[in-house]
Amino acid sequence: MVKPASRHGEHRRDNASFWPGRSGLGQDVRQDAWRAAASVPDPEVPCVTVADLGILRSVDIEDGVAVARVTPTYSGCPAVLAIELAVEAALREAGFEARVERVVSPAWTTDWITEEGREKLRAYGIAPPAKASNSVRSLFGETDVACPKCGSHETSRVSEFGSTACKALYRCLDCREPFDYFKCI
Amino acid sequence: MAAQANIDRSTLVTFLLRLADDHLILGHRLSEWCGHAPMLEEDLAMPNMALDLIGQARALYQYAAEAEGEGRSEDDLAYLRRERDYLNCLMVERENGDFAHTMLRQLYFAAFMQPFWAGAVRSADATLAAIAGKAVKEVAYHVRHAGEWVVRLGDGTEESRRRMEQAIEALAPYVDEMFETDPVSEAIAEAGIAPDPASLREAFDRTVGTIFAEAGLEFQPVQFGQTGGRQGRHGEAMGYLLAELQHMQRTYPGAVW
Repeated sequence: MVKPASRHGEHRRDNASFWPGRSGLGQDVRQDAWRAAASVPDPEVPCVTVADLGILRSVDIEDGVAVARVTPTYSGCPAVLAIELAVEAALREAGFEARVERVVSPAWTTDWITEEGREKLRAYGIAPPAKASNSVRSLFGETDVACPKCGSHETSRVSEFGSTACKALYRCLDCREPFDYFKCI
Repeated sequence: MAAQANIDRSTLVTFLLRLADDHLILGHRLSEWCGHAPMLEEDLAMPNMALDLIGQARALYQYAAEAEGEGRSEDDLAYLRRERDYLNCLMVERENGDFAHTMLRQLYFAAFMQPFWAGAVRSADATLAAIAGKAVKEVAYHVRHAGEWVVRLGDGTEESRRRMEQAIEALAPYVDEMFETDPVSEAIAEAGIAPDPASLREAFDRTVGTIFAEAGLEFQPVQFGQTGGRQGRHGEAMGYLLAELQHMQRTYPGAVW
């Protein structure tokens, strides 16, 4: 049904004859492509997928090519390239000719993390971000972060910057466990 | 196609390079702390902030290369220009000094960039607005992080306070340069691309003033500040910095990995 994979950037033959883009089938194909791309785990937080995090913005079929649009979390996120390559590979694996485009606007916000994604983060031991990232925070304002292990709100921040750009370091004052907090941006 | 403001190409490129160079050079300085910070958390924090800055610099260099249209890449701009072609302000190239000095410099730069990015979010130039949309969130963390350290050290022990006061004195000659206005910055502001640096002074003074008040520190303005970075005239520290920054590309031209 779909074209066999070929290398990105190679010249393509006109495949209109066997690409079912015009029929109702097109929607199914688009969903297949979305499912393939959406299944890619984040390389630094592998418990969640790129779709859970909201960094996979869209997957469309354009001229027979599956075009996935991905947005970086932070300007300097070193995982961006790895994510783009993994998404492209996943689409190829599913039999698509694929292209990944990077979009920076609108800027990614932690509000785009899905409910399922937030639950997965919590289960993994990472406190999910506070909601409403665009609220103005006071200079020394503290966010209420619940411990992902015992649920206590008696927590304190150890460091604003954690093991990756998107996380801060916290500790629970009740169960004494240190944990990562997915920063709200 | 992204909206573009009405501005001549060389003015736009100069503006973008000044901005990109500030971020690359300060990002490089911060990265020098990696493995040398006074505590593990700071060993993570400083490279994290460096990553934000270098990420912002990359986006700006990519745009500058595209706007310039002379076939240079972001890497060419970052690694293969001569010292006189770098247009960063002098403060960001200063040696790190001690931790207090680094944190105060970080506070100054972030307190300057925060209102800049907040204004640039509404830029008439869609590409810059998109870069600003991400940067404005990142810089908020930098202000908070550096601000907390300035309070902790300024209001800390006798020794930490002495270090912070030394840092204030050492950096004082480099503050005013950030707010300099010239025909390039004026044209950029006029075209609605980004705020004029001079207009950011009030917000900067407010942020730094609040933090200094909390820390019991006093800002010491100087009568004659250092200047020249925006025209490519740098201090002695810059040459050593570039020697390290450019070493790989100069030794193995075109190296990639």
